[in-house]
Parts: sequence; structure tokens; C-alpha cells
Amino acid sequence: MMEVGLYHVLFVSIALFFIGVFGFFTRRNLVTMLMSIELILNSVNLNFIAFNKYVWPGKMEGMFFTIFIIAIAAAEAAVAIAIIINLYRSHSSINVETAEDLKY
Amino acid sequence: MSGSTILFYLLAAFTLVFGILAVTTRQIFRAAIFLLFTLIGIAGFYFWLSYDFIAAVQIVVYVGGIIVLIIFSIFLTQQSGQQLPKQKLSRTLFSALAVFCGFALTLLQVFQHNFVSSTATPVSPTVFNIGTQMMEVDKSGYALPFEVISILLLASLIGCIVIAIKNKPELK
Repeated sequence: MMEVGLYHVLFVSIALFFIGVFGFFTRRNLVTMLMSIELILNSVNLNFIAFNKYVWPGKMEGMFFTIFIIAIAAAEAAVAIAIIINLYRSHSSINVETAEDLKY
Repeated sequence: MSGSTILFYLLAAFTLVFGILAVTTRQIFRAAIFLLFTLIGIAGFYFWLSYDFIAAVQIVVYVGGIIVLIIFSIFLTQQSGQQLPKQKLSRTLFSALAVFCGFALTLLQVFQHNFVSSTATPVSPTVFNIGTQMMEVDKSGYALPFEVISILLLASLIGCIVIAIKNKPELK
């Protein structure tokens, strides 16, 4: 059996990314779509850390990108939840199919 | 098989199984809890790769912050005990097909590529090293992105309050 290395971690990261994409395609509730986005962002973080560890061990760039992505993800989640609460107040539903006022 | 290898496969199975459950379960509160376990699994990966600081940040920000925020928004917007409506079978099938094709394509590309590791001496990811490079202002320092992120966080905080504020009926 192969030694566990970069490719194994990349496999987990890619699988997690596409699980998130699947959730984003199939879910129609805004909160669950937000959860899928969190999964995607986490898989990207894992990717950065794996490359930093196995390909560029002499630098710390991957780690800084991960820290910044985590910070931006926190800000993004907060803004998204504020928008969701606002939408719920005006439509009493957070299904994306019912939020189509701007469409026409 | 060494202990580290077994630990890796356990972590991978844990993370992926809870990830799949998080996007397929029809009870929204359970989805949040499964997502929590997935995030803990990813923190476990960071510990496994010996990036302790990132693992701690992951647990504090994601598990302690974002999941709690998501659970609160579920409480605010969802009737309890209500299941999410079932999706159309065709939509699920085509999404699964698209996701599978993307997964296979990406995997093929990644495994065909040969990543060459640099031979530089490894830098240990201690908090001292992170802090030193983060606050450096000359070459390879991250002081400017750090400040930009601080402004972004402030702006998003104010933006959240403005978006979610309740409009009071005007007093005469």
C-alpha cells in the first residue's frame, strides 16, 4: 500500500468539494445552501494546507491563505445569515424558489 | 500499516461520511449537526498534518462560531419538526451525474500531475513564526492583507446590522 501523502489528502479534499457542490445543486433552502458553501470553503482550506505541507514545506503561504479564507468565510456567513433573516421577514420562507421578486 | 496511516483513513471516512449525510439528510437541524462533525474531522486533519494553530482556529471559528450562527438562524426561520420537501428525482440524478463527472475529471488531472516537492528546509508552523511573518511589513510579510481583512470584518459587521435591522413604524 502506498505511503499516505499529498495525493491521499488531495483525494479527500476533492471529494469534500464535490459533496459540497452536490449539496449546492440539490438543496433549495438557503440555510442548507450556506452549509454546502462552508463545505466547499473547508475543502479548499485543506487543499492549501496539504500543498503547504508536502510541496512547499519551506514557506508558510498556504497557511496564511487558509487563515484569511477562514476570516472571510466567517464574515460571509454572518452577512448571508443577515440576508436570510431579512428575506424570512419579508417572504416568511427561505426557499429560493419563492424569492423571485426581482425576476420580473 | 502504521498508526498514522490508520488514523488518516479513519479521519477520511469520518469526514466524508458526515459530509455526505450533511448534504442529503432532510432534517435541517440534523444537517447542521452533521456539518459540525465534518468540520471537527477537518480540524482532525490539521492536527494530523501537525498544523496545530490552524486546527485551533478551525475549531474556534467554525465549530464555535459559524455552526452556532447557523443553528440560531435555523431556530429563527424554521418550524420545528418540519422536514425539507423532497427533491425531484431528475434533479438529484442530474446533479449526481454532473458532480460525478467533475469529480472523475479533477481526480484524473490531479493524479496525472507529478508534484515536485521543494527541498528547502521546512519551517515549523509555530505561532511565533506565523506571527512574525504576519506582522512583517517588508518583503513576504502579510501586514497589508491583515489590515484589509480587519476592515472587511468591520464592514461586514456593520453591514449585517444594517441588513437585519427591523424597521420601526414611523412615529408622529
